[in-house]
Amino acid sequence: MDKKKNKFLSNKGFVLFGILAVIIVLIAIFAPVLAHGIDPTAGSLGDAIMPPDAKHIFGTDKMGRDIYARVLYGARISLASTFALVLVIFIIGTALGVLSGYFGGWVDAVIMRIADMMIAFPGLVLAIAVAGMLGASMRNAIIAIALVTWPKYARMARSLVLKVRHTDYVYAAIVTGSSTWRMLWKYMLPNTITTLVITAATDIGSMMMELAALSFLGFGAQPPAPEWGSMLNEGRDFMQSAPWMMIYPGAAIFITVVIFNMLGDNLRDILDPREE
Amino acid sequence: MNKNAILSRLLQMVIVLIGISFLTFLLTYLSPGDPARNLFTASGIMPTTEQIEEARKMLGLDKPFFTQYKDWILNCLQGNFGESFMLHKPVTELLLDRLWPTLKLTIASAVLMLLFSVPLGVISAVNHNKPIDYLVRAITFFGVSIPNFWLGLMLILIFCVKLGLLPVVSSAGDFKSLILPAVTLAVAMTAKYTRQVRTAVLEELHSDYVIGARARGVSESKILWGNVLPNSLLPLITMLGLSIGSLLGGTSVVEIIFSYPGLGNLAVAAITSADYFLVQGYVLWVSVIYMVINLIVDISYNYIDPRMRLRR
Repeated sequence: MDKKKNKFLSNKGFVLFGILAVIIVLIAIFAPVLAHGIDPTAGSLGDAIMPPDAKHIFGTDKMGRDIYARVLYGARISLASTFALVLVIFIIGTALGVLSGYFGGWVDAVIMRIADMMIAFPGLVLAIAVAGMLGASMRNAIIAIALVTWPKYARMARSLVLKVRHTDYVYAAIVTGSSTWRMLWKYMLPNTITTLVITAATDIGSMMMELAALSFLGFGAQPPAPEWGSMLNEGRDFMQSAPWMMIYPGAAIFITVVIFNMLGDNLRDILDPREE
Repeated sequence: MNKNAILSRLLQMVIVLIGISFLTFLLTYLSPGDPARNLFTASGIMPTTEQIEEARKMLGLDKPFFTQYKDWILNCLQGNFGESFMLHKPVTELLLDRLWPTLKLTIASAVLMLLFSVPLGVISAVNHNKPIDYLVRAITFFGVSIPNFWLGLMLILIFCVKLGLLPVVSSAGDFKSLILPAVTLAVAMTAKYTRQVRTAVLEELHSDYVIGARARGVSESKILWGNVLPNSLLPLITMLGLSIGSLLGGTSVVEIIFSYPGLGNLAVAAITSADYFLVQGYVLWVSVIYMVINLIVDISYNYIDPRMRLRR
């Protein structure tokens, strides 16, 4: 255990971006405190489209809402929905992949043909269609992206399971009477977990961007929710007169994505020595 | 790939297409909007219940799900994808109109991507772990992390609003209006592809024959141009195919930002106004194009990699 701890802590990049990621999470949690109690959805039209000043350090939007508060609260929506999305994909993809690899036969055929179908297809197109058709909401955006992303995890989990499926110790465990559930849980799943956790960690950034893109297109979070993508969309119309309306939410997405991408890359370097 | 392999790939494509068409049809069927109602509201009429019933009959919406699906598929096979409620034109005509601008955008960004990523990736790999490698890696890192919709808006802000060099709205279809959308699309793809070029070249550089060639005193440039680059070409072409495919599917965000008259822009408008036939047509078309590109890439291996020819 001691050795493992050192492996993480001795990677400077991991420590640095880990701390930054924790800061982002803390910003999301303590958004009300950091925003000095300003309500991100309340504004007065008298304050509409004010440039950044001492009172509103990021300026205000067309409804007179404080952009600083909205950006802070935006971290909540972005992080919560991204983590939910990655978790959903991780669980569904891993479960289907493990089942597919362990049982083989028609289970495998059905799951993998569906996965092939989803992969043989440009993901964002289907995600937009699904999100739009189901009706615009953050929940449906999560469903849409999950629907097109799980096959990646399922394929990976399946190939990892297949590596051990026909080894002697697995057959020995089956012969000595281990239940199917136990086989899946104790023998198959642990073989897949490291690689899939790495993949999930490196995917956080891009999933966050895809969710923001759907919100930007109007298929995700709905106004007046302070979501970065939809804030950008609102700011677009005021580009000339009020560029701050799009600069700050965009910068928030960019910075958060950079931090989580860096964290994921460093985690991969630590856990997976094969990659450089 | 020999004839049989190509045939089996074509068969797979047909199966995937049936799956995709079923999924899109199911989605539109389950979706909360009512196409019959939209038919009227699109032209600003508040329909009566009888009018809606009549429209449902006319559109075949009163039939059971599988009959509707079968009718639609049979029509599609004859090239009839239905008519858009929103624009009152055949879906095929609308999609054809928008296809070329989107292809133009895709090709322009793919060219930009190749122009920058191949040299950058090679330079980075040759100078492995030297300052220039770190610099390239840092740039690609920011490239993949920047949301393209924000990048597009910032480019408009700088080049159109502040500097006034380029048109804000890219609907004209001339070369000038293609620049910013193509650059916006290309940035993330270039960053990803540069990394892949770098990895592929690095892998080749570390292989035994390169060490052997060095030991025999073959010059570095000869090894690089004569062996390493041709050998790392193959994985790169696969990735190029995939990149072009994802460019094609990922244009909608950029098209909307720049008001570019392409497929993605049309598709988002169609989804927003629940124009079902148009959405279904769009999804099917893009998947066909995407799969055809991937097939062409696979077939092209035959000509590029001699090993593939021997495998027959």
